Amino acid sequence: MTALLDSIGYNGWIIPVLLGLPLVGALVLFVAGSRGGASAATAMASSRLTAFWFFLAEAVLALGLWWSVDVTSPDWQAMVDVAWIPQWGARFTVGLDGISLMLVLLTTCLMPLAVLGSWTSVREKTHSFYGLLLILTTGMLGVFVALDLLFFYVMWEVMLIPMYLIIGIWGGQRRLYASLKFFLYTMIGSLLMLVAILWLGLAAAKGGVPDFSYDALLQLTRSGGIGGSFWLFTAFALAFAVKVPMFPFHTWLPDAHVEAPTAGSVILAAIMLKMGTFGFVRFALPLFPEAAMHPTVRGVMLALAVVGIVYGALVALVQPDFKKLVAYSSVSHLGFVMLGIFALTVESMQGALVVTISHGISTGALFLLVGMIYERRHTRMIADFGGIAKVMPIFAAFLTIVALSSIGVPGTNGFIGEFLVLVGSFPTQPFHTLIAATSVIFAAAYLLWAVQRIIYNPLVKPENEALRGMDLNWREIGLLTPLVIAILWIGVYPKPILHKTEAAATRLVRLVESARPAPRTAARPDAGGPAGNGGAR
Amino acid sequence: MTFDLLVPSQLLGALFPDLVLMVGAMVLMLQAAWRPDSAGHQRRVGINAMVLVVLTIAAVVYMIGRGDTAEGGVIAVDGFRWAVDLVILLAALGTIALSIEYNAREGIHQAEMHVLVLFAAAGMMILAAGRDLMIIFLGIEIMSVAAYVLAGLNRRSPRAAEAAIKYFLLGAFATGFLLYGIALIYGATGSTQLGQIGARIAAYSVFGSPMLLVGIGLLTIGFGFKVAAVPFHMWAPDVYDGAPTPITAFMAAAVKSAAFASFARIWYESFQLSTQDWAPILWWLAVVTMVVGNVVALAQRNIKRLLAYSSIAHTGYLLVAVLAYSPLASSAFIFYAVAYTLATFGAFAVISTLEDRDGRPSMLADYAGLWHVRPWLATAMAVYLLALLGFPIFGGVGFFAKWYLLQAALSSVFNLNALAVIVVLTSVISAGYYLQVVRVMFMERRPEGAADTLPAGPLTRTVLAVTTVIILGLGLFPGTLARWSQAGAIEEYRGRPVVTEARAQVRP
Repeated sequence: MTALLDSIGYNGWIIPVLLGLPLVGALVLFVAGSRGGASAATAMASSRLTAFWFFLAEAVLALGLWWSVDVTSPDWQAMVDVAWIPQWGARFTVGLDGISLMLVLLTTCLMPLAVLGSWTSVREKTHSFYGLLLILTTGMLGVFVALDLLFFYVMWEVMLIPMYLIIGIWGGQRRLYASLKFFLYTMIGSLLMLVAILWLGLAAAKGGVPDFSYDALLQLTRSGGIGGSFWLFTAFALAFAVKVPMFPFHTWLPDAHVEAPTAGSVILAAIMLKMGTFGFVRFALPLFPEAAMHPTVRGVMLALAVVGIVYGALVALVQPDFKKLVAYSSVSHLGFVMLGIFALTVESMQGALVVTISHGISTGALFLLVGMIYERRHTRMIADFGGIAKVMPIFAAFLTIVALSSIGVPGTNGFIGEFLVLVGSFPTQPFHTLIAATSVIFAAAYLLWAVQRIIYNPLVKPENEALRGMDLNWREIGLLTPLVIAILWIGVYPKPILHKTEAAATRLVRLVESARPAPRTAARPDAGGPAGNGGAR
Repeated sequence: MTFDLLVPSQLLGALFPDLVLMVGAMVLMLQAAWRPDSAGHQRRVGINAMVLVVLTIAAVVYMIGRGDTAEGGVIAVDGFRWAVDLVILLAALGTIALSIEYNAREGIHQAEMHVLVLFAAAGMMILAAGRDLMIIFLGIEIMSVAAYVLAGLNRRSPRAAEAAIKYFLLGAFATGFLLYGIALIYGATGSTQLGQIGARIAAYSVFGSPMLLVGIGLLTIGFGFKVAAVPFHMWAPDVYDGAPTPITAFMAAAVKSAAFASFARIWYESFQLSTQDWAPILWWLAVVTMVVGNVVALAQRNIKRLLAYSSIAHTGYLLVAVLAYSPLASSAFIFYAVAYTLATFGAFAVISTLEDRDGRPSMLADYAGLWHVRPWLATAMAVYLLALLGFPIFGGVGFFAKWYLLQAALSSVFNLNALAVIVVLTSVISAGYYLQVVRVMFMERRPEGAADTLPAGPLTRTVLAVTTVIILGLGLFPGTLARWSQAGAIEEYRGRPVVTEARAQVRP
């Protein structure tokens, strides 16, 4: 496979193609949509099909990365570096390592499923809807592959507008409020990051031309060539913390997730939140290790992560709205990721990455399931359901599996990530780990209780009785099946993922630790071979 | 070649594009008066005026190609002047194109309107070229008198009359401040030429003299009025709302850019050594303008008033470029002015196509669900607003304008980091109202029984298409414009005192 990919120069063109293809698709859809004339039904049928093929092509193209990327190499893979704005030193630099590889694959594989998930639920202005989804994809992939900070910032912001419109036009009752809140929250954080990026670029200037390339800035900050790294870290961290979202900045999330249409919720939860954690891993930690690892800063971040874990779980427990429950469970899960990142051991870092992936799969699937039942029943209130398993057995089966994986039952993907985070964090942060571990119980409580009330309680309501014969159709089964396979596969045999991310995670941890002012030689098990542990379990 | 401005023929050579415009405008004035007012005549004169502007642009491009310079003297011959001239002329072209169709729709038949735009543009070009306070004053007056008349051109509209009177009275008042400031500066330094003022402030070491400081203060007030900086902005929303929409665009884009260009040149060339005393004033002026402009805009329901406050906020951003005080800052100023002009023109072009004939103000509610009936128009409006917001890709060149501005602020000899942070924070506030328009257009339903929108005329459509394409194109590849605006930077002049480290360290 690798030889075949090399023979077509795959690594030389794949990233620009992945970024460009959705734009072509969006253009096709906008032009087709502007001609009008066709009825809404034919417009819907043609636009969703076009979008699906584009996303499928994107996913198939991206799959080659699994083989072509050499994750053990310390160099950037599939790198492309072209001058963009020579006067300002901005370049189009993109490349991959093991961490971004996983996120790119997650994005490209989830998008076709998201289209299938909104197959019948989006009924008007479908050309624009799918066009915006395609643009959004370019933005998200751009964030994961960017190695030039100006390009990264542009991509980071670009996602906002399509998501703003998707929530605001195709969203639920409170869509106007939710979309504006989403936009403003994200923008406040990002704009301060813009100033920080510019400041860094100017500090790295050579001959009056700023330099925004990641590698150059990494060298600059590691040589101690800048002052004020605490402020720079704060600016970056704020942008990412809003996106993750960490505890006090999370209030946009329930609104946005609940009001967004199904595809929007899936993308928000599965991919867009991961940009925040990715930002910490790629930029905030390696660029400003001293600030990030300062005991106070680190303590605050760890505390917020743990508060997020427990708070998200507790709030999810009392939600009457199933979609909101899933949204709050994201706050809890993302807290695990943050704990893993800031605990800074190789295991915890890898655990964070696994949670990142598996939360994308499980929560994405949960949102899809919520969307499916909402389309049939037009309510999301848990109290309105009951006994659904009797009338929709296939739905009930899928919901049970996905809920178990979200809880983190052994044998599913959720377990691997959270366990690794806890194991990895315990040696350095025993207290935080202890509190975080309690939320595994809460997760079981809120999800199992919700599942019980939705699908198991007695079937008393006539509206639910009317769902008989409306069980999932083949499209829906088809789109959930790959997710369930992924859930079980990662749960049983996570080694491929751990192997792909190991080198990058190790490098990252070393990078941050080597810059720490007073390296703490805490009692840590041999950090050299964590992947083996994961595989053996 | 180098112009010797003391030789009359060479002075004329240095003023070649200005002369083309002025002589042509006078001829067109005769043509306008030749026949009685009618729709056809108005259109004919308008087309001729556009041709004249294109010829003037060609003259400017010719002068750029020659690459002449001039030493000293009252007229600047440099890239900055030509760059500002191009901004002004493009704005004039857009104004005339929009107003030909706007006038036809609104029943305004005075053909003189187009000629007045040309005169105003001529005044602005003098302003951009002026390197002597007297010449600058002359330019301001030529520009302003034409603008006063233009604001009140729609005689049947009481709001236009109110706008014109308000503009005229306050404008005359501000002119008084300006003139008094010029007199005091002359008194302190004995010269009205910008370069000499700078040299003499250094030579006589008068940078602390009260007469000079009061003079600079009064000058700042006069310019503050012209560029609508808070607290001298009170006229702007009323005038922008009452004036015919294309004229509003002209005032928001060209009048502001020209006055700013002159203001910037005065600061760069004359008051370098006084900067430390005055930088805090400009610093606060910028902050207050950004905050007030953006916050008050949030409360607006009339879209022209909303854009008026947005343009006040942009005055604040541009003040940052003046304050940052370097060749880089002057090219950032040009870049910003181009981006701002494009976006402003586009936005007002959209407003002018959607305006009713009965002179009712354009309210935000009239735009509800616009996307569902006029998708391209709504999309174009969204692009302009996002450009004003400074959003990447979707707002095109607007993002890089802010980027360049921040770059100038962060690399300034003065520590403007706090100002840069305020720029971005107030930008977030501005997202509140720009997005509100987007929300109304895209996310709300078209009310039942809403009046059908009239199709835009060919000229308006051209303005819309050209501005959108340029904004988006430059948003992907801003390199060309960056190169041009670098060529238009005000360089360090020979013989000009340089800010010493000691002076530069005193921060606002």
